[in-house]
Amino acid sequence: MKHNLVLRFITKYLFPVIALFALYVQFHGDYGPGGGFQAGVILSVAFILYAMVFGMETIEQVLPLGLLRILASAGVLIYSGTGVITLLMGGNFLDYDILSLRPIQGQHIGIMVIELGVGITVSAVMLIIFYAFSDRRNHD
Amino acid sequence: MLDTFIDITLLAFLTTTAIAIIKVRNLFVVIMLFSIFSLHSAGLFVVMDAADVAFTEAAVGAGISTVLMLATLALTKDHDEKRPAHHARLPLLVVLITGAALVYGTYDIPSFGDPHSPAQEHVKPYYIEHSIEDTGVANTVTAVLASYRGYDTLGEVTVIFTAGIGVMLLIGGRLTRKRNKEDDR
Amino acid sequence: MIDIIIGHYNYWIVILLMMAGFYTVINRGNLIKKIAGLNIFQTSVFLLYISIGYVNEGTTPIIAEGFTRYANPLPHVLILTAIVVGVSTTALGLALVVRIKRAYGTIEEDEIHDKDMSL
Repeated sequence: MKHNLVLRFITKYLFPVIALFALYVQFHGDYGPGGGFQAGVILSVAFILYAMVFGMETIEQVLPLGLLRILASAGVLIYSGTGVITLLMGGNFLDYDILSLRPIQGQHIGIMVIELGVGITVSAVMLIIFYAFSDRRNHD
Repeated sequence: MLDTFIDITLLAFLTTTAIAIIKVRNLFVVIMLFSIFSLHSAGLFVVMDAADVAFTEAAVGAGISTVLMLATLALTKDHDEKRPAHHARLPLLVVLITGAALVYGTYDIPSFGDPHSPAQEHVKPYYIEHSIEDTGVANTVTAVLASYRGYDTLGEVTVIFTAGIGVMLLIGGRLTRKRNKEDDR
Repeated sequence: MIDIIIGHYNYWIVILLMMAGFYTVINRGNLIKKIAGLNIFQTSVFLLYISIGYVNEGTTPIIAEGFTRYANPLPHVLILTAIVVGVSTTALGLALVVRIKRAYGTIEEDEIHDKDMSL
């Protein structure tokens, strides 16, 4: 597919736009539709589009499988780690009011951190599944 | 009025696509029809005022699911379904009985869009009134998902992480390479 | 009679879609088509739940100036989780289909059954 001029041009220019849109959706989940899941899926779709047009080796250089496994685990760790931190600071599990002096600010911090964890895990897992399905050793 | 018209049009498209998926035998066409089905149902979610759900369904159903099915089709190289060998009478009977039972059950459901149905009266006013003063977030869906019911979302993230691990174990890279090397020796 | 139809036509068409997906799962033998039918069944169930949460003259449940009636956010949260769980199940099911093809050489259900019986 990399010989098709229209596909190459459009993909090169769409990739940063899609990634920027994913970041927008991630951090504006409080004020409009959006949140961690949608942002994670959109970011992984940007990488999948690039891989389909230019080949798997291009994204395997940037995101090797080991890094993706670490990112997937890190997302879940961030999420449950927030819960444990609120436990250690004296509140209940995942009680965000404790995280700051004013409860509303604590809620904002808590929600932003866990949505970040969710977004990281979802994008990493979608890319792991894509890598597994398009592994060259399976095509025989 | 325009709402109802768009609603009925989208439902008609969905029904046509579902019946076409049953009838068509070429698997590539089935996967494309499935992607169209997902996108139309995302449109229907928007008409029913569910913006977050429409977003997720469009991204996940028409995006990731279609890509994975196409990748499976490329790996299995089976492009046409075989003609079914047995008659369709018994499955059709089971489906008709189940459908009739479900339709009989819907006679007790309040009308579509009723603002005084039991689903809208008990827990929902609390969340709508108190979500800004408890969490400071205007999107009530995010407030419920991340703050009021954050424990369930932790379970959901664990589910998707487990799916990633499962797919890696089933068709991931390294195990197959080792086994292929031992077969070649 | 007419107002029963006007009040419930949405639910009936969604039940028709559910049954179409169910029929595909139990009648067709090809594994990829079964997974597609299962996904159609899941999506129609989501449509049913979101229809229960819909309010006439309401709007999306994002608190803003000038709106008093909102749709019910609780089914939306439930269905968000259900969509993500659904895609996890689909991914695992498709990975199993790839392994079955590698082990049996076919993805038609009757041929797999015959191969198992002839062992």
